[in-house]
Amino acid sequence: MLANTARTFVKARPLFAQRFYATGAGANTLLVVEHKDGAISGATLNALTAATKLGGTVTALVAGGEDAVAQSIAKYAGVSKVLTASDASYSKNLPEDLAPLLVQVTKSNNFTHVFAGHTAVGKNVLPRVAALLDVAAVSDITGIESEDTFIRPIYAGNAIATVKSGDNVKIVTVRGTAFEAAQEAGNNAAVEAAPEVAKTGVTEWVGEEIQKSDRPDLGTANRVISGGRGMKNGENFKLLYDLADKMGAAVGASRAAVDAGFVDNSLQVGQTGKIVAPELYVAVGISGAIQHLAGMKDSKTIVAINKDADAPIFQVADYGLVEDLFKAVPEMTEKL
Amino acid sequence: MSNPLRIFVPVKRVIDFAVKVRVNAGKTDVDRNVKHSMNPFDEIAVEEAIRIKEKAPKTEVVAISCGSAKAQETLRTALAMGADRAVHVEVKDDSTLQPLAVAKLLEAYTNKEEKKPDLFILGKQAIDDDSNQTGQMLAGLLNWPQTTFASKVEFEGQSLKVTREIDGGLETVKTKMPAIITTDLRLNEPRYASLPNIMKAKKKPLVKITPEDLGVDISPRIQTLKVEEPPKREGGRKVGSVDELLDKLKNEAKVL
Repeated sequence: MLANTARTFVKARPLFAQRFYATGAGANTLLVVEHKDGAISGATLNALTAATKLGGTVTALVAGGEDAVAQSIAKYAGVSKVLTASDASYSKNLPEDLAPLLVQVTKSNNFTHVFAGHTAVGKNVLPRVAALLDVAAVSDITGIESEDTFIRPIYAGNAIATVKSGDNVKIVTVRGTAFEAAQEAGNNAAVEAAPEVAKTGVTEWVGEEIQKSDRPDLGTANRVISGGRGMKNGENFKLLYDLADKMGAAVGASRAAVDAGFVDNSLQVGQTGKIVAPELYVAVGISGAIQHLAGMKDSKTIVAINKDADAPIFQVADYGLVEDLFKAVPEMTEKL
Repeated sequence: MSNPLRIFVPVKRVIDFAVKVRVNAGKTDVDRNVKHSMNPFDEIAVEEAIRIKEKAPKTEVVAISCGSAKAQETLRTALAMGADRAVHVEVKDDSTLQPLAVAKLLEAYTNKEEKKPDLFILGKQAIDDDSNQTGQMLAGLLNWPQTTFASKVEFEGQSLKVTREIDGGLETVKTKMPAIITTDLRLNEPRYASLPNIMKAKKKPLVKITPEDLGVDISPRIQTLKVEEPPKREGGRKVGSVDELLDKLKNEAKVL
């Protein structure tokens, strides 16, 4: 039966047909605003763009934030209302407390959709919310066909599925790189307090170690330079940092480079690391395993520098240079 | 840590990570007549449970898989790695088995089973549907705390201290058992099952139950309308020198 439906669907509409977006008088969307140190996360602004494509209304929820975050999101076009749960305990995004809040807010406002970025926070919290509401969750969407039909990559991006949710509430995380970031637009949405929900206090936040860097954020950078096993050690990454600084690029890495301890885990690009889609992606000493390609193959222009002419990375690279990276990278840095 | 500790480890049989998947002719799914293995994150989950058992030998490790008859191969692999017993929740057609249904099966099994777990250790995501949902959903259904994307697990009495991989770095949280842990790649390096252990695993207990036994409705909530190949990239062009590369990036691609 499933197969028949799918076939009818394909017949009825040409492949890669221009997407239509529901005018959606019915969509009533809750956007979960992720924030840190008073700043709204980039992924939230991408998720806001996705949410506005449903039509209908978008209500932003700021949990654990200072007023400034609520005032800030209220200015974005498409936000009709802002709810705040000001208790500071929410600021660590602990799912045991955040999920019940989202459930309560969703039920009391009859939200039809809950959207968040597909980030460590979004991934952690939204499936828990979905289970508490007894609905499915749709992860990492890259497109919206209608109010209940979404596009998402599966098998490390080697297949693209169009999926339709039959549930009354759609719990969705959004791939940031698939949607433009929403812009501030002098909007002035009303800010209201969300209902109070009892805290469980079962999990305690102990601390964090954030990698500090002056370079652009990997997830949103226009240019990314990544190193792989071919870098040989952590010290050699300095070659990439120098080139990145010349180009205003962020630095990423393959799993091999992370596992070998060359760089921190948070720099990993791939199926299980960050998904990036910059204007320019430069892969240096990276062979191009399926799992790495999953994280970068939607980049606009891909450059590969590798001494192995048969490396799979060259099959997706717009420009491939077969050369020793220890010669090519310093030369590039010097000539830029 | 409470002693004896009981750990449930759900494992999934998926298309092997090294296989390049292809969309089938009907555009309804991918071609599944290819090599399958245990989901790599689940191997890490099994390994972590066994390492805990190595420190606290009375620990019982129970591998559980929801899927077709072939899921038993995956369970035998877990037993060969060192799990004590296995539970197979047999689902005739597992191609439409979704995270919410799996979480409900695991919840129902937990509630029914007399020997309750102190911990569930799951992989953070299956590399086929890439959902990253089941552990979080199970935690919600059981109303247990969840520590996802774990790269380090420590016990402090009845509490668990878990280091989690988050955007930009690491975070540490402390929670109480019973709890759910999902594994990130960095948690450990899974062992290979030795031949003697593979032989021993054949004699370890494996019980089979059905969704009906557990009273769980596993019908899909999400319908797959179609599955397509991703857009092809026109790669493969090579340049001869750094100068040529920089020239192309400036004047052709206009990205510098």
